[in-house]
Amino acid sequence: MNKTVNQKAWFLILPVLLLVAFSAVIPLMTVVNYSVQDTFGQNQFFWAGLDWFREMMASERMWDALGRQIAFSGIILAIEIPLGIFVALNMPKKGFWASVCLVLMSLPLLIPWNVVGTIWQIFGRVDIGLLGYTLAALGIDYNYTQDFYAAWATVIVMDVWHWTSLVALLAYAGLQSIPDAYYQAAKIDQASRWKVFRFIELPKIMGVLMIAILLRFMDSFMIYTEPFVVTGGGPGNSTTFLSIDLVKMALGQFDLGPAAAFSIMYYLVILLVSYVFYTVMTNLDKRDGH
Amino acid sequence: MAKITLENLAHSYLPNPKHEDDYALKELNHDWVDGEAYALLGSSGCGKSTLLNIISGLLHPSQGRILFNDKDVTNAPTTQRNIAQVFQFPVVYDTMTVRDNLAFPLRNRGADPSYIKDRVQQIAAMIGMEATLDHKARGLTADAKQKISLGRGMVREDVNALLFDEPLTVIDPHMKWELRTQLKSLHQEFGHTMIYVTHDQTEALTFADKVVVMYDGRVVQMGTPRELFETPEHTFVGYFIGSPGMNVLAADVQGDKAVIGGTQISLGKGFGAPQGQVEVGVRPEFASLATGDAGLPVTIKRVEDVGRHKIVRADFQGAEINILAGEGETISPDMNRVVFDTAGVNVYSNSWRVTPEVA
Repeated sequence: MNKTVNQKAWFLILPVLLLVAFSAVIPLMTVVNYSVQDTFGQNQFFWAGLDWFREMMASERMWDALGRQIAFSGIILAIEIPLGIFVALNMPKKGFWASVCLVLMSLPLLIPWNVVGTIWQIFGRVDIGLLGYTLAALGIDYNYTQDFYAAWATVIVMDVWHWTSLVALLAYAGLQSIPDAYYQAAKIDQASRWKVFRFIELPKIMGVLMIAILLRFMDSFMIYTEPFVVTGGGPGNSTTFLSIDLVKMALGQFDLGPAAAFSIMYYLVILLVSYVFYTVMTNLDKRDGH
Repeated sequence: MAKITLENLAHSYLPNPKHEDDYALKELNHDWVDGEAYALLGSSGCGKSTLLNIISGLLHPSQGRILFNDKDVTNAPTTQRNIAQVFQFPVVYDTMTVRDNLAFPLRNRGADPSYIKDRVQQIAAMIGMEATLDHKARGLTADAKQKISLGRGMVREDVNALLFDEPLTVIDPHMKWELRTQLKSLHQEFGHTMIYVTHDQTEALTFADKVVVMYDGRVVQMGTPRELFETPEHTFVGYFIGSPGMNVLAADVQGDKAVIGGTQISLGKGFGAPQGQVEVGVRPEFASLATGDAGLPVTIKRVEDVGRHKIVRADFQGAEINILAGEGETISPDMNRVVFDTAGVNVYSNSWRVTPEVA
C-alpha cells in the first residue's frame, strides 16, 4: 500500500507539542538557563559556561548525597518487592475478606506524604510516640533525631509501611489473572509450592513487577517530603538525600547556579537509570519470546 | 493403572444443596474398568468436567466415595492419586523449554535423569516436537502449546488413569485426527485407563471402547458406539448421537400399535401401555420415503446431498422428520409418506426407553 504523504499532518501534533512545551520543556529550560549563569543580585546575570557542572562534579557533598540516595533506594527495593509479593500471595483470592484486604492495603497509599511523615515523626518520639516509648521502655536506645541507625531505620520502615501496599496490589492483580487450570496442572504434575511460585506465579507477575520496581525506584530516588518531615535530613547529614540536599542548596542557600546544575544531573541520572531498566526489561521479553 | 469405582457420588457447587436441581452432578454409581478407554460425551455444562475433576481430586465431592482398585481415595489429594490430566486450554510453563516442560512431572517425582532423557525424547517424537525441544515454550502457537500439555500428560508411564478434558478444542482439524490416533495407539500400547471428555460425537466414537453419555448432571447411557446408535436409552442420546439425530415424535402407544398425529403405524413389537409423556424415536437411517397410503403423511421440504447419502428434510404436521436416503435412490416429489423400519423403532416414556416385550 502506498502511503499518502501530507506534511500538513504535522499540525496534528501541535496541541501535544504546546502542552509538553509549557508543562516540561520551558520550565526545564529555565533551569538550564540558571545552570550556565551566575548572578550577584539585582537580576543581573553573567555567563558561567559549564563551571557549575564542574563544581558539582567535584563536590563531595553531592557525591555523599548520591551515595545515601542509592543506598536508600536499594534497601527499600530489597525489602518492599519481596515483602509485597509475599503479602500478595497470602491475600484471600475472593470473597468478603479479599475486599477488606484490598481496602486496608490501599489506605497508606491514600495518605498525603507530609501526613505520613508527621505520623511517623510522632509515632517514633520517645516521650509521646507509641513506637519510641515502647522501644525505650524495652530498654532499647532509640532516638531518631540523634542516632544515625535509628534515623535510617525510621525512614526505611516508614517507606516500607507507605509503599509495600503498592507492590502488593500490583502483584495481587497479576496473580488474579492466572487461570485456575495452571494451579490444577501443577497439582497433577506434583509441583512443590516453590515450583508453583517459580514457574507459574513469578513468570505471570513479572510484567507488573517490573512496573512496580520502576515506580518504586523513581519515587524513592526522588523522595523528599517524608524524611524531611521526620528527620529534616539529620542527624547531621545522615538522611540528607538528593532532593533534600537540592532544596537546601536552592532555597536555603539560594545558590541557584549550582542547584540548577545539580537538578539537571539529578534528572539525567533518573532518566538514564529508567532507560537502562526499560531496555533490559524489554530485551528480557524478546529473548524469551524467541 | 487402576479400576476406578464411583459410589453414590454426587456434587453440588452450592454449600447447602437441597433440591436435586442444585446438583451439578447427580448421584452416580459407576465402575471404570482398568485399561479401558472411555469417552465422556455431553453438551456443555452437563457435568462432564466436574466428574473429571472429582476423579483427579481437584474437586471434593459433596457426597459419595471414589475408589482406586478398591482403595478409598475420596480424601486423598491430587498428588497422591497419581493421575495425569490434560485440560481444555493449553497449560505450559512459559519460562521453561519444551524439554523441561515435558520432563517436569518426572523430575518432580524424582525419576532417574537418564530415564527422563529417553522418555522425553520418546514423547517428543510422539507429538512431533523433537525439533523444538530446546525452544522456550513461550511464544509457541496454541497448537504447539497444547501438544506440550498432551505430552506432559502422557510422559508418566505408571499413572492410575489418564484424563482428558476436551484436549483438542484448540487444535487444527487435521492435527486433531493425528493426535487422536496417537492417543488411541498409546492406549493400545500401554493399556492405561483413559477418560476422554468431549462434546464432539465423532471424537468420542472414534476414540473410545465405551462411550458414556451425560445429560443434565446424569449419566444417561453407557455403551459401545453401536449400542448408542441402535438402542439409545434416552431421547437425548438419540438426538445427540447421529447426524442428523433421531426423530422423536409424540405418540400414543398401545401394545404394538402407535398413533402419531392421527395416523396409526405398527411397531412390530409390543410395548404394553407406557405412561407419562410417550414418544416414538426413529433414526433417519430407519426411515424411508414411499408413495401410497401406508406410513405418516409428509411433505418434502429439502434434500441435502452430503456425498455418501442424501438427507431428506420433511415436514410432518409442523414437526421436522429427517430421512436418510441412499446416494442412488431417486426422490420424486410425489413421495408423500414416510415409513419406518420396525427394527429401528424405539418407544420412550418420559424420555427414557421402554423395553419391548419379548415376543
